[in-house]
Amino acid sequence: MEAAPLLKMSQISKTFPGVLALDRVDFELRRGEVHVLLGENGAGKSTLMKILSGAYQKSGGEIELDGVPINIKNPRHAQDLGISTIYQELNLIPHLSIAENIFLGREPSSFAFIDQRALVRAARKLLNGLGLTVDPSARVKRLGIAEQQMVEVAKALSLETRILIMDEPTSALTQQEIKQLFATIRRLKEGGVSIIYISHRLEELFQIGDRVTVLRDGRSVATCEIADTGKPQLIRLMVNRELTEQFPKRQATIGEEVLRVEGLTTDGLRDVSFSLHKGEVLGIAGLMGAGRTELACAIFGVEKIEAGQIYVKGEARRITSPRRAINCGIGFLTEDRKSQGLVLRLSVGENLCLPSVDKFSSWGIVDSNREKLACRRYVQELRIRTPSLKQKVSFLSGGNQQKVVLGKWLCSEADVFIFDEPTRGVDVGAKTEIYELMNRLTAQGVAILMISSELPEVLGMSDRVLVMRSGQIAGEFSAAEATQEKVLQCALMA
Amino acid sequence: MRPNGIALRQSFLLHHARQLGTLSGLLALGLVLWALTPHFLTLSNLLNVAEQATIIAIVAVGMTFVILTAGIDLSVGSVLAFAGVVMASALHAGAPLPFALLAGLATGTVCGLVNGLLITLGRLPPFIATLGMMSVARGTALMYTGGRPISGFSENFRWLATGEVLRIPIPVVVMIGIYAIAFFVLTRTKLGRYTYAIGGNEEATHLSGVNVRLYKTVVYGLAGLFSGLAAILLTARLNSAQPIAGMMYELDAIAATVIGGTSLLGGEGNVLGTLIGALIMAVLRNGLNLLGVSSFLQQVVIGSVIIIAVLIDMALKRRGK
Repeated sequence: MEAAPLLKMSQISKTFPGVLALDRVDFELRRGEVHVLLGENGAGKSTLMKILSGAYQKSGGEIELDGVPINIKNPRHAQDLGISTIYQELNLIPHLSIAENIFLGREPSSFAFIDQRALVRAARKLLNGLGLTVDPSARVKRLGIAEQQMVEVAKALSLETRILIMDEPTSALTQQEIKQLFATIRRLKEGGVSIIYISHRLEELFQIGDRVTVLRDGRSVATCEIADTGKPQLIRLMVNRELTEQFPKRQATIGEEVLRVEGLTTDGLRDVSFSLHKGEVLGIAGLMGAGRTELACAIFGVEKIEAGQIYVKGEARRITSPRRAINCGIGFLTEDRKSQGLVLRLSVGENLCLPSVDKFSSWGIVDSNREKLACRRYVQELRIRTPSLKQKVSFLSGGNQQKVVLGKWLCSEADVFIFDEPTRGVDVGAKTEIYELMNRLTAQGVAILMISSELPEVLGMSDRVLVMRSGQIAGEFSAAEATQEKVLQCALMA
Repeated sequence: MRPNGIALRQSFLLHHARQLGTLSGLLALGLVLWALTPHFLTLSNLLNVAEQATIIAIVAVGMTFVILTAGIDLSVGSVLAFAGVVMASALHAGAPLPFALLAGLATGTVCGLVNGLLITLGRLPPFIATLGMMSVARGTALMYTGGRPISGFSENFRWLATGEVLRIPIPVVVMIGIYAIAFFVLTRTKLGRYTYAIGGNEEATHLSGVNVRLYKTVVYGLAGLFSGLAAILLTARLNSAQPIAGMMYELDAIAATVIGGTSLLGGEGNVLGTLIGALIMAVLRNGLNLLGVSSFLQQVVIGSVIIIAVLIDMALKRRGK
């Protein structure tokens, strides 16, 4: 079985000015295997893959492909060698068709004219091979994220890819879509493609991976057969400490009602009613497109409310803008941190105070001393790892950025928090820290509405679970009665 | 996931090196000109350069605010002309000086606010809204005056251009004052904070409860206000308000802003850079004149300087990442 590996990266180092990002990393890929690359944010996974895909140049070490030493000069060169990457942020052009995207830059053509028919034919063949029945001439912007990903896979196949790198491919997918993706991955494997799979989700690697290599702080810690490995062992390898409980115990007492929604109807919601209590975590489960984010947007004054009423602490409130929601004591941690939660070019301090500058200013002039004091407090309280308040927030890791968003709402004195996918793109250690923070908040009497696509998270954190389906509440479970099967079934039922 | 810690602090330094870079560019330019033509470094010439820079520099303050919000204002030159003729006709009609000045400032501000409302409420792209205003304001100024300049004002009014405080010409004093205020506003006030935030990420800013429409409208109003102020100084200097004044000033103001390191993508930059940018343009013009370079070649040189400055800026930023 020990055939020569397809790819061998040995003693790879990469230095950036002042930083050793990779320190003599070894990585080996066999033909037709799914090799999971695991590690916390900043462990060096992306840097290693960028070297393989030609985006970065290695500072030291050797790469062998099929036993031949190679020097990957640029992304184009990597492609020619049969190495393709599917990034977390998909790189498709929305206004072009599926077929045009797949063959972008390599269109079958005579002179300057593109042979449309040949283009569509070739695309259809590729898509069928992946078990996809979409029309190749459909615009990409009309596809869901999962389908777009398939288009990327098709594109990679059209390049005669031997090594496919997938960076967090499931982060935006629903359970059902993940199943489909995994089926595709298995098919690729049978076709002899080797896959390097980067993911934070431990559950997944047991389903899909053959081997796993763990990186920590720029070094390769271990490579093991997944069949011989357990979850706790992997977590230990990643963080070098035993995480006894992924979901820490909570000690909140549930108090009076702070938020009540009655018959809420918007463009994407129909007659949604529920209530949320002091100290409670109310989990909202459901598939993508079930209306969960729309619900959050409606409560936060972003989406126009057509009918229904929102009560905050017993009082009927008309929430027509985020400002009003904030004045009602509501804070919203959006699903997409970078595009909606943070101003990446501003500093940690400026981001922390964005919703509450008013509090620190008189006559429009900001009292920077008071502001700094408040910011320091939240940086300390939330243990945000940043060299200073002046650090640009774009330079923080995902977990720390999430904490800045959280601090923003603490600073605005919110006591109803809406978390939309609070741990997306955050590594295991930071995840636990965010869960602990949520528990600390509820212990202080904050109420939390938590939207999440990760069922273990919903079940592990919530006191009650609401399941949404096509814009409505499809079911409610107490923490005691909720199981993965029940919740999923409720979310899927036609 | 990216390299952390030390590299980041370095990029922070690089970012500030950018401002210092612009400044050393200005100083280098000055040294070269001094070597080539001794007349350059006389007090009278330097004051002359500063005075030449004032109009564009003041217009560029408004432009900097607008560009920081990731917008653009193409109408500043036309609005300047329009505000100038409104003020001039008020003076000729015998209005008291303060009233006429206010009329000029108000005209500019209103034009700017209209731009802002078209962009926020009308949801027009800033480029289109202000392109329209550029033509409307210019056309109105021409119609209003029949295309003729309005000339000849009282000594009191002209003092705004000819007067001096501690031997510094009034326009230069005004410019310095405006930059000091703008610096304070951008660094210390809510308006400034929101200006950067809107340019950095408008949606996140909106979701943080900031009234984005209001602040954007105010920023365009400010751009108009500064055009009005520049109109007063220009009219006083020329002793004449011309409906064709301020042609292409929008481009000079954008150039000064961009040379000064403000990103056209918004959210990054500051007014000190813009001031240096405006001075570089003025020094360049002055120096080329002193050297007897033809005005045709001058355009080529200035255009090249803009391109080179931005190329350097982008190279530095890439290295910062």
